[in-house]
Amino acid sequence: MKKTYKIEVDCANCANLMEEAARKTAGVESATVNFMTQKMIVEFAEGQEPGTVMQEVLKACKKVESDCEIFL
Amino acid sequence: MQEIVVSVLLAAVIIMAAMVLDIIGRRKKGLTKKQSVMMRRILLTAVILFVLQFISAERFTVLDNYLFPSAGRWLRLACYLADYLIIGYDILKKAAKGIQNRRVFDESFLMTVATVGAMALAIYENGEYLEAIAVMLFYQIGEWFQSYAVGKSRRNISELMDIRPDYANVESDGKLEQVDPDEVEIGSVIVVQPGEKVPIDGIVVEGVSSLNTSALTGESLPREVGVGDEVISGCISMTSVLKIQTTKEFGESTVSKILDLVENASSRKSKSEDFISKFAKVYTPAVCYAALALAFLPPLVRMFFLGMAADWGVWIYRALTFLVISCPCALVISIPLSFFAGIGGASREGVLVKGSNYLEILSKTKCVVFDKTGTMTKGVFEVNAIHHSSIDDEKLIEYAALAESASSHPISKSLQRAYGKEIDRSRVSNIQEISGNGVTATVDGMEIAAGNDKLMKHLNIPYHDCHHVGTIIHMGINGEYAGHIVISDIIKPHAKEAIAALKRAGVGKTIMLTGDAKKVADQVAADLAIDEVYSELLPADKVEKVEALLQTKPPKAKLAFVGDGINDAPVLSRADIGIAMGAMGSDAAIEAADIVLMDDDPLKIAQAIRISRKCLRIVYQNIVFALAVKFACLALGAVGIANMYLAIFADVGVMVLAVLNAIRCLFTDRESTFGKNQANNVGTQK
Repeated sequence: MKKTYKIEVDCANCANLMEEAARKTAGVESATVNFMTQKMIVEFAEGQEPGTVMQEVLKACKKVESDCEIFL
Repeated sequence: MQEIVVSVLLAAVIIMAAMVLDIIGRRKKGLTKKQSVMMRRILLTAVILFVLQFISAERFTVLDNYLFPSAGRWLRLACYLADYLIIGYDILKKAAKGIQNRRVFDESFLMTVATVGAMALAIYENGEYLEAIAVMLFYQIGEWFQSYAVGKSRRNISELMDIRPDYANVESDGKLEQVDPDEVEIGSVIVVQPGEKVPIDGIVVEGVSSLNTSALTGESLPREVGVGDEVISGCISMTSVLKIQTTKEFGESTVSKILDLVENASSRKSKSEDFISKFAKVYTPAVCYAALALAFLPPLVRMFFLGMAADWGVWIYRALTFLVISCPCALVISIPLSFFAGIGGASREGVLVKGSNYLEILSKTKCVVFDKTGTMTKGVFEVNAIHHSSIDDEKLIEYAALAESASSHPISKSLQRAYGKEIDRSRVSNIQEISGNGVTATVDGMEIAAGNDKLMKHLNIPYHDCHHVGTIIHMGINGEYAGHIVISDIIKPHAKEAIAALKRAGVGKTIMLTGDAKKVADQVAADLAIDEVYSELLPADKVEKVEALLQTKPPKAKLAFVGDGINDAPVLSRADIGIAMGAMGSDAAIEAADIVLMDDDPLKIAQAIRISRKCLRIVYQNIVFALAVKFACLALGAVGIANMYLAIFADVGVMVLAVLNAIRCLFTDRESTFGKNQANNVGTQK
């Protein structure tokens, strides 16, 4: 399943870091952060609940860039 | 000397900050809250720093006499420290969090180490605090500018592509109601008022209007529509009210599809973007270790091997300068921004690019393969020429149209279109269709025969053969030969120009593939000056042909295929890059393609290639420029020539310049009119 989330991030490098962090989160099949449109597209692994996975993604992203925001 | 420069700089910062707050801050959507808070902090810091500049360290020592020894020194420290914290507290906090989360090597960390280091040196020597604060100040200004410029260009580009309709008008109980376009079912009738966007694809059931299609196609000429015409969503109705019966759901409508494409476009990353993000991953830690080495190795070498003084201060300062220079942001920000602006600029021209990677491949295109029907030709049959007519051409068309009025054959349709007026059936009688040959009829009391050579032979009318390619309709009036009408698929108006423009844009080879007869294909290819032509191909043959071409071309040159029909979809996806004709092309072709030309104009291919080349040029400029300045400054910093101010320029200055350069991608310069005129002249001479 694929879902798109609105995000807020200030610098392009931080967006790259967020993308990497999201990819490494358990339950995420693939993730792309689009800095220009301020969007994160997450593909979830089979049988994963997007809500709970996204909490983890948010936590991981906050770790790499404390200023970022994902609107769930 | 340096103090004067810094004072002037600070004064400039104060004026700029005040102006920014005053002018932009007042505008709607001018500054975000974050930005205006940051600007205030910049202003405050600059003012305090400016004032402190004029109070020398000796002036503070006066205090020692009144209070306690070295009170002046402490007060001076407190003043500067306060100023430092005003401008830099968030950076310090971020750096601390970074260390806590075990992510040390980020920008905030670099800046914190550099400025805290400089502050420590200043406290130790009771010297210049100015530098640490100024560095932080200029860094923050740079960050602010980045956030503003990027945010603004992002908004501008997004607005450019914003064709999303907010609502649809549905009539219920004689009243208009605005509903979410998502809720409108297929077959409902929606009302589009003048100035509104058509929200959903459909067919006009009432009203006549001109549609502005520029948001979709980049075409500035309005399109006239009336009852029975198909309209696509995203167009703006300009003159009057239209009632439209929807034929698709909102999600399946043109406008939704386009938005989807464009929004996801920059998610497909190009090779240059991948390169940069990989580069940044290696680069930042590498620079940090290099700085560490610079701080410790030379002093140790000096102490133990050369027997000189260690000069810790000098080397630590150099290492800090090194750190400031090294921030990779200029690179990381400018490359996706360039691509985003390039895609935005192209979409304004009616060229949808589905991803940055395609823009990159397009710029390397050296061979363009075309489909014929629908791509280089209009795909509809039209009266192309009238020869040997014994009466007025218009009269001849009129008689032909009247005689063929009962038939629904595409040929008779095109005759009726050419006639252009309402057909008065009462003038026609006694219509006889002679299958496979043509028709005979009585029009205005005259015996009209319209058909092919067999019909003429059958009626014993001597006729002239035609050397033109196409369907020939010979006309006989009262048993006399009255000339013939040539009907053929006509070449698009810009097709010839498009080939010439492609050649000028550096495309080495143009090839046409078609399922059509050899005679027709050769004629079209010769007319357009296409290099090679392969005719009478089945869809599968086209794929084979393209694969053969892919094998023979040099690996770096890319092959583009331009097509429109359903049977082109496999070829579109097989080629290095597939370009589909949008408005007329089939959905399958658009799905399979990487680039969609919204207005079907082949001239746009050359335009798209030019845009992509420009965009890639800017990307390379930015990479080379940013890296060159960085490495030059790093070298200067390591040997001690560069100071912190130069370091700040190397960081934010380069970034700002790179961002400004990236914005240039948005402006797609059309080919000079000179070039176009030339192409036209060549066309008319032949």
